[in-house]
Amino acid sequence: MVDLSGHSAEDRQFSSKQESQRNARYGGILFLIYLAVYAIFVILNTFMPEVMDRVPFAGLNFAILYGVGLIVFALVLALIYSWLCWVSMPQAIDDDCSSSKGKES
Amino acid sequence: MGGTSILAISVFAFFVAVTLGLSFYLGSRTRSAHSYFAAGGQIHWFVNGVAFAGDYLSAASFLGICGMIAFFGYDGFLYSIGYLAGWVVALFVVAEPMRRLGKYTFADALDAKFHSRGIKLAAAISTLVVSIFYLIPQMVGAGALIQPLLNLPHWVGVVAVGAVVVVIVMTAGMASTTYVQFLKGGLLVFFSFILSILILNRGFKTVDPETVSQPQTVAKMSDGKTLINGVVKDGTPQGGKLRPAGEVLKLPNGEKETGPLGPIEFFQVFRESEIVLWKTTNSTEKDGTKVTTYTPTPTVGADILRPGQAPIFQGIRGPNLAPKIDFLSLMLALFCGTASLPHILIRYYTVKDEAAARKSTVVGIATIGFFYVLTLYIGIGAMTSGALDLTDTNMAAPLLAKSFGELLFAIISAIAFTTVLGTVSGLIVAASGAVVHDVCSSYLQWNINDHEKVRLGKISAVGVGIIAIVLGILFQKMNVSFLVGWAFSVAASANLPSLVMRLFWKGTTRQGITASIIVGMVSALTWILLSGESYSKIYGLKAEDAIVPFSQPGIVTIPLGFLVLILVSLATPHGRASDSNE
Repeated sequence: MVDLSGHSAEDRQFSSKQESQRNARYGGILFLIYLAVYAIFVILNTFMPEVMDRVPFAGLNFAILYGVGLIVFALVLALIYSWLCWVSMPQAIDDDCSSSKGKES
Repeated sequence: MGGTSILAISVFAFFVAVTLGLSFYLGSRTRSAHSYFAAGGQIHWFVNGVAFAGDYLSAASFLGICGMIAFFGYDGFLYSIGYLAGWVVALFVVAEPMRRLGKYTFADALDAKFHSRGIKLAAAISTLVVSIFYLIPQMVGAGALIQPLLNLPHWVGVVAVGAVVVVIVMTAGMASTTYVQFLKGGLLVFFSFILSILILNRGFKTVDPETVSQPQTVAKMSDGKTLINGVVKDGTPQGGKLRPAGEVLKLPNGEKETGPLGPIEFFQVFRESEIVLWKTTNSTEKDGTKVTTYTPTPTVGADILRPGQAPIFQGIRGPNLAPKIDFLSLMLALFCGTASLPHILIRYYTVKDEAAARKSTVVGIATIGFFYVLTLYIGIGAMTSGALDLTDTNMAAPLLAKSFGELLFAIISAIAFTTVLGTVSGLIVAASGAVVHDVCSSYLQWNINDHEKVRLGKISAVGVGIIAIVLGILFQKMNVSFLVGWAFSVAASANLPSLVMRLFWKGTTRQGITASIIVGMVSALTWILLSGESYSKIYGLKAEDAIVPFSQPGIVTIPLGFLVLILVSLATPHGRASDSNE
């Protein structure tokens, strides 16, 4: 699970140009991945709805599996994005190693 | 649905009192325009994330989607999927730049580096139009809730919501709105979870097929009387009522009752069961009596758990292209619309920085996504609860709760009502912010101080509240989720092209942004007003006579917005920002 808490002092310094561009790059790639998966879902529903009737496993049809899967996938990508942004922050690593020291300073 | 329940009224009054109390408390701490319109940028990211859920899980999600699933099955869940997918755009594309560039309104982010009065005015008009469009289904939902809960007419519910919301917004603005949303979002998801557990614990139970073999009718006579199943409706408990609907006819292996089911087993059993769906047909007799007939139609669960069952989506299984394009258009609008809604965008200004904006969006996605998975259980639970009101798709979830007892019904109804309060509050803050900052301060260049801005914002809130009340009464009969689909189309067509291109294309000019907003908004609105749905449901004309070939405009008007922006920007290179590389 990604740690979404803390780092308030670092967060305030986070708006540098490079970091913004890097985050935009991560966001763009993840956005395109999700867009592709969503587009396939919509196109299947529109032009081949019979595919959604199939039951690949567990007695659940493709419509339920793909639909719920899209919701879960959005959260998974969101967590990956948070993690990527977080591990790329130099302050985050420093903060992890010496959080108490950071607070004192 | 019965008469007024003291318990229901007490719970309801408690929720409204807590909401108002919170508003007055926070109002005493609101001093500046920044604290009124953006909560001072001091909201914690977790609170803001749950408040996102509160903002977003509106009447459309809770009442509309659950109702649509309850009446038509899987098709309602397509809205859940589309709404949630829109948050991916919000997180990956919009969240951090919005926080970096703006201060109070959506126009701030667009206009950063341009300082154009045209952009401010166009964005303000777009904000007002989208907010009002989005307000309609919320108010319709409020009226639908008040009817069975307090036994009061639809319009009373609409006026009550309008009045309470105006008080909330006038007292403390964005701060009170945020905390109301936080509480409401948390409670909505928690109690939806409880409701889902109760549904699984109850499982399915068959009924005697004889009890559901007869159609039901509502006849509205030309002298104003209403006959229900042939009996005059006179407001008394005996005076003509539709039988509640929602029955299971057959279970797998000839069982009569399943007992508790697991979350996956629930769908497995449902797929192999036979459920009664109710087909609605309208006709007019020679003497002018309008008759609505509800015909029980036994349907296999497997057919209900697939797309193409609802009247608006049936076309995807047919040979014609227009209904398929309509569906594509809706799903595109839902995907693009979330990140274009003004009341969602301004929530990015309530946190302190970009990292907080990102984290709060992730919390929002987790909360909202969890809720949307629950809508499947709640919708199917309502479909098989034996408590559906055939005349009102929006009441499926509260009536499902009623099948578990009066207390849960009271709590769920009160939460649903607070849901409407919260979403309407957010929309009114967004609209009043646009009036004050974008129109009065930036476009008209009134020299107003902080105190006057707040006062003007409160006056605007009253005005928008009154408009919302009137429209909520006029649109009483429409499914709230469908109406929200239109709001998403307008928002996505008007706002998304300019926002995305402003962030990612250095060639964007102020003229391009202004033209894109206006063309996107006007084309989407015009398309909607000329669509078959408007013809049949608003003007009372034949849907086949509509000028445009399908109802959802997004697939035409969103690309049109991008195209206009690119063409106008290429034609006006002098209008580029002096430094567009932030």
